[in-house]
Amino acid sequence: MAVQPSEAAPPAGGRPAQLSPGKRFLVTVSGLWAWLFLALMILFFVVTVPVFSSATFVTVRNSQNILVAIVPIVLLGLGQTFVIISAGIDLSVGWVMSLGSVLSALAIRDSYNMGAPIWLAVILGLLAGALGGAAVGIINGTIIAKLKVPAFIVTLGTSFIVRGMALLMSENTTVIGLPDIRAYGNESLLYYVRGAGGGFYFLQRPQLATDQLRQLDRILPWPVVVTAVVVAIVMFILHRTQFGRHTYAIGGNLEAARRAGIPVDRRIIAIYALSAATAGIAGFLSTLQYTAGSAVIGDSLLLSSIAAVIIGGVSLFGGAGTIMGTVIGSLIIAVLTTGLVMLNVQAFWQFIVVGTVVIVAVLIDQSRDLIVGRNERGSET
Amino acid sequence: MSDPVLSIRKLTKRFGGLTAVNAVSWDVYPGEVVALLGDNGAGKSTLIKCVSGVYQPSEGEIFFAGKQVHFSKPIDSRSAGIETIYQDLALANNLDVPANIFLGREVKHRYLGGLIRTLDERTMRSESQTALDALEIHFPTLTQPIESLSGGMRQAVAIARAVYWKARLMIMDEPTNNLGVPEQQKVLDLIRRLRDSGVPVILITHTLPDVFAVSDRLMVMHRGRKVTEKRTSDTNTEELVGYMVGVRDDTRAA
Repeated sequence: MAVQPSEAAPPAGGRPAQLSPGKRFLVTVSGLWAWLFLALMILFFVVTVPVFSSATFVTVRNSQNILVAIVPIVLLGLGQTFVIISAGIDLSVGWVMSLGSVLSALAIRDSYNMGAPIWLAVILGLLAGALGGAAVGIINGTIIAKLKVPAFIVTLGTSFIVRGMALLMSENTTVIGLPDIRAYGNESLLYYVRGAGGGFYFLQRPQLATDQLRQLDRILPWPVVVTAVVVAIVMFILHRTQFGRHTYAIGGNLEAARRAGIPVDRRIIAIYALSAATAGIAGFLSTLQYTAGSAVIGDSLLLSSIAAVIIGGVSLFGGAGTIMGTVIGSLIIAVLTTGLVMLNVQAFWQFIVVGTVVIVAVLIDQSRDLIVGRNERGSET
Repeated sequence: MSDPVLSIRKLTKRFGGLTAVNAVSWDVYPGEVVALLGDNGAGKSTLIKCVSGVYQPSEGEIFFAGKQVHFSKPIDSRSAGIETIYQDLALANNLDVPANIFLGREVKHRYLGGLIRTLDERTMRSESQTALDALEIHFPTLTQPIESLSGGMRQAVAIARAVYWKARLMIMDEPTNNLGVPEQQKVLDLIRRLRDSGVPVILITHTLPDVFAVSDRLMVMHRGRKVTEKRTSDTNTEELVGYMVGVRDDTRAA
């Protein structure tokens, strides 16, 4: 007799392996709910924004503004996605981003002052932000993996240390005196000039008279392009490589991963290093955008990034989630915020709405687990 | 009979003043299912953990496939070919069947001279299918997280994984615990099939019906000592209970 899905009577401890078509439909819908929610939300703002103001919601400029706005949330969320899938948490990302901003600003300023060309100074700035972040992550991961201190506590501690370091190094919260790097921070891949005589310009900003500037749209600003590249790289790592597979395994069943011979400690260290490195890159990009380093730039971003990750369907219990989910979660937050502003809703309402969406997202995820009869992870027999 | 696969000689394991396993000698031969019986605290888990490398014996020797072995870590015994399936199965329930069978030993594509390596999902899936087919295990689909599978089916995944990685001795700890009756039967079938394919199985259990259903021989421990070793067909439930609670003891009689 072969071991087959129990057709007749599911045994006491077992669950039916096959779902009815109706339930499977529900599961599919709840899996796609984030996309649906995003689409419905955009539709809602498309309809309501013109009613309450003279603006339209879907414009090139607006879409690019939203993309620029989500850059830090996405970057912090990407690393956080790895960490949370591995059943950890990284509370240091916000202040690591600040540290990355300060470090990259210092690297750019000092290397430029020592005679480096601007492009080299910018590359050194990127390295300083990313590697400075990664160093913090390696410390986090080492303490978590080797000394068995809970991630919550370790990253809480390092986040304060990192904040202090960033403030000390910036001397007065802001690093100024950078060379003119606007070409990297504020320029974009494409330009579009509306109206007569307009059109697309690739890579080169058109020369315009002052009164024409309002007709210029920047499409895919550099920070967005860099973020897209980082998204593509981490998506590849999480979904196509052994490292990504091990990240899921560690979050699903740490003990099983260990017994299967996965070098769990090394993986955990790498996961936290990745998280902090993407936060450092976020800091570098903010330095480019503002032509200054700021030791407070990431202050408010930690919880937004965790919210984006959760809205995107990453389970806080570990073991489940995708990069695309996190990107969508970030988009939902940004579209929501922008839309409410355009509706002239008082800004404070944003927090109330985002908070509600986070809770609803988790409820939807849980109801999906109920449908498929998923077990509480870790309490397996 | 041929040479034993596993040979334990006067193995003793002490924890401080407590002697958990006391000078146990035991042989396991190819192509048999042997049951290891005993009440809680009889020392059967400790004995097995010495074989699987979790503990190191205080005294005594272990021979595997004719050679003396010293396992300092579980991974050492696994690479020698001893697979231990614990009650928790050591599976990642959030991953699918192939991911679990290849957990930690993923097959990879190599690009740019190994600089970029991606998971070779297709090979892992087809190899998994072959491994499952060989054991006559049939799943409707391999590509869904195994948390949606029943306990017996997950047990089958754990066994298939051990077989795929060329286990030469399988140790199973209470494999039918927490399973419904039909599922128990399927797991016992799987154990027989393993034996028939030449992989000896050590079954740690205190479910006596399982012992009579699948085992060829059995060994009973009581308070760290081996109290008897018999052919399963030469004994009965009543007698076994006597050995397990310490009323009967072949070593004492001798």
